Amino acid sequence: MGVLERYAEVAGPDVIEHLRQLAALLKGMKVIHVNSTRKGGGVAEILQKLVPLMQELGIDAKWEIITGKEEFFKCTKSMHNALQGNPINIPEPWFRIYEKTNEENAERLCSELENADMVFIHDPQPVPLLKFCQNRKGKWIWRCHIDISRPYRPVWKYFKNFVTDYDASIFSIADFAQPLPHPLYIIPPSIDPLSEKNIELEKEEVFSVYKKFGIDPELPVIVQISRFDRFKDPLGVIQAYRLTKKFIPHLQLVLAGGGATDDPEGEMVLSEVQAAAADDPNIHVLSLPPESDRVINALQRGADIVLQKSIKEGFGLTVTEAMWKGKPVIGGNTGGIRLQVINHHTGFLVDTPEGAALRIRYLLRHRDQLYTMGEKAKEFVRENFLITRHLRDYLTLMVAISYGVKERIELG
Amino acid sequence: MNSEQTIYPFAVKDCALIAIATGIHVQNLRELKDKLLTIHPGSIYYHFWGSLLNPRFEEPEFNNDFAAWTYHALHDPILAERLAVIDPTEFADIEDLRQELIDVIEERLYEIEYVPWSKPDQQFHFIRSQIVVFDTHKRITEPKELAKILPSLSTGSIFYHFIDARRRTKEKIDDFRAWLKGFGDTYADLCSLIAAIDPYFTTLAELRQKLSQLFELYFGGK
Repeated sequence: MGVLERYAEVAGPDVIEHLRQLAALLKGMKVIHVNSTRKGGGVAEILQKLVPLMQELGIDAKWEIITGKEEFFKCTKSMHNALQGNPINIPEPWFRIYEKTNEENAERLCSELENADMVFIHDPQPVPLLKFCQNRKGKWIWRCHIDISRPYRPVWKYFKNFVTDYDASIFSIADFAQPLPHPLYIIPPSIDPLSEKNIELEKEEVFSVYKKFGIDPELPVIVQISRFDRFKDPLGVIQAYRLTKKFIPHLQLVLAGGGATDDPEGEMVLSEVQAAAADDPNIHVLSLPPESDRVINALQRGADIVLQKSIKEGFGLTVTEAMWKGKPVIGGNTGGIRLQVINHHTGFLVDTPEGAALRIRYLLRHRDQLYTMGEKAKEFVRENFLITRHLRDYLTLMVAISYGVKERIELG
Repeated sequence: MNSEQTIYPFAVKDCALIAIATGIHVQNLRELKDKLLTIHPGSIYYHFWGSLLNPRFEEPEFNNDFAAWTYHALHDPILAERLAVIDPTEFADIEDLRQELIDVIEERLYEIEYVPWSKPDQQFHFIRSQIVVFDTHKRITEPKELAKILPSLSTGSIFYHFIDARRRTKEKIDDFRAWLKGFGDTYADLCSLIAAIDPYFTTLAELRQKLSQLFELYFGGK
């Protein structure tokens, strides 16, 4: 069975047929995606899937990465944070390293990039490549995966010079965009239903993961999966749990997140969370290693309710993942969570730990509502946030850009 | 005269929509009204219809983005209800629809003592879209063939033939009726049944289901 057929089983055959029709207009087109890593992080995760799917649809798609030394990635990490609003002053020599590294990578990649019909540059790291590919024949698109709505101005002023020459940009939601002198396309992110993190699991596997961590799957469980970061408000989740526990004494809370080795503040938050949870054996604080996708999948599947009580959030793909598993989500009223948690339908939006506690109690006391919301959540993701929709958006954009930025493009 | 000989086959098309941020956003009701005066008509179209082909909940509380924002960000349920009831199919074109929106908002601005505003992270972002229409190369010569093909059409095809057609065709009707009318009065009763399907308060998947059932019932015994 081809990859597309496997997706047809999940997303529906009409969706795949639609993709085939759309891709027929792009057959043989030479497309290159460029980012800075093949492994780790959401961008690599999505490219690992998107590129083979494009190839299966007859598009000559490739994926290239740029390489650099430690100083380069130090600079791009700071730039990444500054573009998301942190007031970080980047030393001038770092900018030179940023440009030089891109120039070196351009020497290696230039002929290929210049001959491509379409080049997608992901995130800030490879953005200056365009300046070094003067004989480019195709369209170049910057795919911004982060929220740059309120960037630290000095860094944005520098960075903007490299972006303005692109033919278009892509942002995840309109709120994340910055005005630029070219079309700003909106393509929300997606999850892959066939990945380890989202694939259907047997009940036994879910139970064995719960058993391993000493969680009783027969008793009510609420779960939040996220980095140990203040913006994810793990302490607020513990407070909500304690407020609920007075009424539901057997309630268990799982706070699970990836390791925080490169994030000193993450370590600090994890310590605070562990301290806050220390006196309660029903709070399970799990610091998971990087390859824990299947464990996270099981933790989400075994939960009664999933929380994402962030006070600031990007798109919030952990919300999408939980909804895909048929769980209602109690989410912070912020960012992309608002696009996914439809209040009273796929979960609840809350602003305080008290609000979260109230909704947890409500759902655990109204099991019929809990199941109905979970079902709605799953269907909402099926329609809107699977990788097949993401691919459709890319294909549509590719056709649209190839034929000029007209409101209406009629083909064939 | 055999009118059917002169009728072109029905060309099944499909479409996909891609959203584009205009970079224009507003934070209060007066700004919304002011921007509505000049915003590209494609943006008004998008905020009424575009969500059918883009992320949207199956049972939306409000059927257009203006009403939803007024309710959730400006916290003005009265205006939200008035905006929600605006049915775009009742207006001859986007300019009439634009005027109706402005009238409703202006009326509300006269009534209230202050201008409602939203938090900075809940601004209204005007979005427009590009629509890519492509030929599926499927052709239908007999109306009863539509009954067979409808259940398998993509939601993009349903959007193109049932929604988009209303601003494209001369009579502002869907493509199915426009084509069936070519057969004279033969399918007048079927056309009436199609006309009774409300295209607005539903989803594309539901529309496909309703149309499929209707065609199956109609041609089932024929």
